[in-house]
Amino acid sequence: MPGTRFRGSLQLRHVDVGSCNGCEVEIASAFAPTYDAARFGARLVASPRHADGLLVTGVVTRNMAGALVRTLEALPRPAVIVACGDCAVNGGIFRDAYGVAGTLDSFVGVDVRIRGCPPHPQAITQALRSLTGR
Amino acid sequence: MTPAGSPLGYAIIASLLQVVLVALGGPLLMGLMAKVRARAEGRVGAPIRQPLRDLRKLMGKEGLRAHHSSVVLAVAPLVVLGSTTLAVAISPLVTTHPLLSASADLFVIVYLLLTGSVAMALAGLDTGTAFGGMGSSRAITIGALAEPALLVAVIALSIQARTSNLPAIVADTITHPVWSSTPTRLLALVALVIVVIAETGRLPVDNPNTHLELTMIHEAMTLEYAGSDLGLVTLGAAMRLGLLFALLMNLFVPWGVATGHTMLALPAAVMFLTLKASLLAVVVSLIEVHSAKLRLFRIPELLAGGFVLAVLAVITQLVAR
Amino acid sequence: MVLFLAGLGFFVLGLVAATVLSIERRVVVASLGGSLGCLLIFISASQVLLSGRTTSFHSSLVLPLSGIDLTLDPLAALFVAMTSFVGVATLVYYVGYARGELRTRTALSLMLLFLTALLCVPVASSAVTLMFSWELMALSSMLLIVVEQRRHADARVAAQWYGAMTQLGAASILLGLLLLSLKGGQTFGDIRSHVSLMSPTLRSFAFVLTLIGFASKAGAVPFHVWLPKAHPEAPSPVSALMSSAMVAMGVYGIVRVGSDLLGGGTLWWWIVVVALGVVSALFGALHAVTSVDLKRLLAYSTIDILGLVLIGVGCSGALSATGHPGDARLTLIGALLLVVAHAAFKGCLFLGAGSVERATGSRSLEQLGGLIRRIPITTALFGVGAVSIVAVPAFSGFTSEWLLLQGLLHGFVDQSSPTLIVLLVGVIALALTGGLTAVAFVKAIGVGFLGQARSTGAASAHEVPRMMQLGMGILCVPCVVLGVAPGLVIPLVSRAAQVGSTSVKARSVETGVGLTLSHVRGAIEPMLLLAGFMVFVALISGAKSLLRRPARTVEAWRGGGDRPSARMQYTATSYAEPLQRVFADVLRPEIDVEVTHAVESHYYEQSLSYESRVDDAVERLAYQPVIRTLTRVGLAARRLQNGSVHRYLAFGFIALLIVLVVLA
Repeated sequence: MPGTRFRGSLQLRHVDVGSCNGCEVEIASAFAPTYDAARFGARLVASPRHADGLLVTGVVTRNMAGALVRTLEALPRPAVIVACGDCAVNGGIFRDAYGVAGTLDSFVGVDVRIRGCPPHPQAITQALRSLTGR
Repeated sequence: MTPAGSPLGYAIIASLLQVVLVALGGPLLMGLMAKVRARAEGRVGAPIRQPLRDLRKLMGKEGLRAHHSSVVLAVAPLVVLGSTTLAVAISPLVTTHPLLSASADLFVIVYLLLTGSVAMALAGLDTGTAFGGMGSSRAITIGALAEPALLVAVIALSIQARTSNLPAIVADTITHPVWSSTPTRLLALVALVIVVIAETGRLPVDNPNTHLELTMIHEAMTLEYAGSDLGLVTLGAAMRLGLLFALLMNLFVPWGVATGHTMLALPAAVMFLTLKASLLAVVVSLIEVHSAKLRLFRIPELLAGGFVLAVLAVITQLVAR
Repeated sequence: MVLFLAGLGFFVLGLVAATVLSIERRVVVASLGGSLGCLLIFISASQVLLSGRTTSFHSSLVLPLSGIDLTLDPLAALFVAMTSFVGVATLVYYVGYARGELRTRTALSLMLLFLTALLCVPVASSAVTLMFSWELMALSSMLLIVVEQRRHADARVAAQWYGAMTQLGAASILLGLLLLSLKGGQTFGDIRSHVSLMSPTLRSFAFVLTLIGFASKAGAVPFHVWLPKAHPEAPSPVSALMSSAMVAMGVYGIVRVGSDLLGGGTLWWWIVVVALGVVSALFGALHAVTSVDLKRLLAYSTIDILGLVLIGVGCSGALSATGHPGDARLTLIGALLLVVAHAAFKGCLFLGAGSVERATGSRSLEQLGGLIRRIPITTALFGVGAVSIVAVPAFSGFTSEWLLLQGLLHGFVDQSSPTLIVLLVGVIALALTGGLTAVAFVKAIGVGFLGQARSTGAASAHEVPRMMQLGMGILCVPCVVLGVAPGLVIPLVSRAAQVGSTSVKARSVETGVGLTLSHVRGAIEPMLLLAGFMVFVALISGAKSLLRRPARTVEAWRGGGDRPSARMQYTATSYAEPLQRVFADVLRPEIDVEVTHAVESHYYEQSLSYESRVDDAVERLAYQPVIRTLTRVGLAARRLQNGSVHRYLAFGFIALLIVLVVLA
């Protein structure tokens, strides 16, 4: 269980690899006063170097595929990959669209999946709590 | 070397106590400030011990070294933490008789902190990335502009106490309580608060919570660090904050600092110091909540204001004699 | 004195070797002769400093009419010891550095002559001897600047500036010394005994005249314009000697004439000195921050540090003139220690800049980068010099600046007159320059030696010859020793600071493990501080290695972008840009932005060029107008000379008529 590894401290780097920005709004809500994911020890950080994992939104587009690979490379191990929203989980409605390089699964093993289009802030908070163990 | 008659054992224990206290207390102060901020924003916020949890986790992770980076990147965290720890060990935080208290000159402390800043600024340039250079340039610019205010305020205090030795100033302030309310002290206090805010990278000078590289100052320099190296850098920054807050309080409200050589006075001194530093942290944090970050080129004006206050502190001291 | 003269003898041998030996051997032999000479002279100067006994020498054989007078007293001995130490280092460096023109007879002999002159200036104890060695120093160094003129086109212009400024300065000193010699006798002994007969006005005149000359040598603003031109253009061993030893002679001159020969003088003299120091320190520090050329940066930082020294000397004089000789001497000890520390670290830095130029073919920071991996030893040695100048505790810069600050603090506590304002301004300047110096040298190291190479020269740099590293290494020794164990040197400097009144005791500087002051309590124990730092660093790194988390090597993080490029790095210009903007009123940068619009639409840009230059505002506003006027007058005067003999005869006739009319 990844939760035991992070014991109340989880820093994530958010990467938008081709999202419609719906998930971003919900992530912002998850960290806003109503849900306040920060109280469980989760935090978004500015550099993958500082992060324990990635919070990926959107289906992987060709333009962002390289950046995603380089960001994965920049993560210190151990690291978790969180797929946020249907697009990240299985491609969603953009799965077969032009310009899509593949789903997140085809690039990296995903540890935690958050379903929904967009996912509810509660679902996001829930997923983060499963990682921090608080 | 400790002053004549001061037992070495006491000094060693007191210094170790100070180091442990600041190493734990610095991160906790950061947690406290984040907590106050969260509460003021209507959130519950992370627990106060969150920074300690983050540090524990970081220490267990692997470090990363960039291609093209040199020994500087690896050594800088050690220098930052080492110089800060030394400053903590010799400063009068819980006692006026720590190790090497004769060398705990105000100028020594100032330049030890400067050494840490220089090491960090060099580390920012070492990987040759744009953000590192940007953070380094900004941090050292602010450091350079805060330096005169800091030095002149320190000189104002030294003239008043007829010594530049920090433990002696604290001890003398305890025996001359009137000093704390002289215009010199008050002007120097305001100047030092401005300097401490700048040196610890708090609002309105730097936003410790920013995620935007372009608005970063301190964090931009550390973007390249990961794992245990990042842990050391973060701990260094937290200890620097703890040290500066504690020193600021001890210079102006020194009561509670142990002046004798009895171990029994130490627990009370620790409690007093914790209380004083927490109080300052809450106040600074409340100021932060109500202020927006200054535009980078407005910061010099703030620091120039601090500098002028420090000069006024010296002048009032000279005139008042 | 015998040892000193024997040392000079070795210089003569070196000169002979430089002229007669073949090109393969002459560099080594001449440098060896010079080094041995420096060594002997260093020993003789140390003897004087240790014993406090003054020795003199007079010979009427060398110069006609007046002869030469040499006196090695503690003040002179300090400067001689310092110069000879730097001399050995530069001569060792020279062996590795010399190429092309620098291996010629001319260059080698000039180098030895320059060093001889530098060693003779402080020992000269008569006006004629002083002027003779002063001029020898000025001329030999001026010629050394143009030795490599075929490769450095700017060297000729630099030498012109230097020549003009140094000759004007020398003329000013000569006038001052003439005034002092009016009452009979030109030896310093005579001047000392006659100076009380002089009127105060005359004394002030003499002081101001000599001050102008000496301050110009010490790079004091506004007489500094030659320095940032001459120091960068000279070959690096010469720059090192000029910046560490020659500028110090300006300080020596001010102390010698003001405090010793004129016996202290009045308060306003020293206020002028402090004012010069304050302006130079701030101006130098700001320009060092914005300089892009590594050697120019070092030259401006010389102006900065010498400004701090002048503040110390001036405050010391002011304290002495207002009846606080003990505090005055403490401040002077601080100032002199800073001179010595500066000689070591700036010599090391200039030699380092020379090594960088040799290794990469450039000294512009914008062309460097990544040198720490290509030339690690040079980088480390340059780093020692840099941390010394930045005043990191336990290095020489910190100890000397600390002592200087303590001297001023003593003044604050004891004084109650207008002198306080002088001290306050001095302290403020010291505080302001501290941070700026740190920026300048973080920039020099961070942009020049860290990061990635910005040019092919920097990417293919090779470590310089061992002799060059050794030369730098010799100068690193005092950087560390003065910082860690200042107690070894303070008694000697204290003896040298005993100018003028020999009976005055300084506020006691007790030297044990560190330095302890008792009047205004203060102490530093750099050795223990260093030990404490080492213990903590060892503990931290030990704890970290217990975690057993080896670091993995990855690409630098560039926000997810690819194609890393050295051009993405912060440049030297951009690094200093925030401070340049903050101090735009003082620096007056010139910024040109040129936009070429696309042919298709005015809203698109085809190309954009941005250029920002920080010229010396003093030169532009104060010197250029004078030069323009002089040039115009010169051009106008040329019309008188048209080659016609008849016209010249007419001029002669008219002149004769005028003379006759005037006489009648």
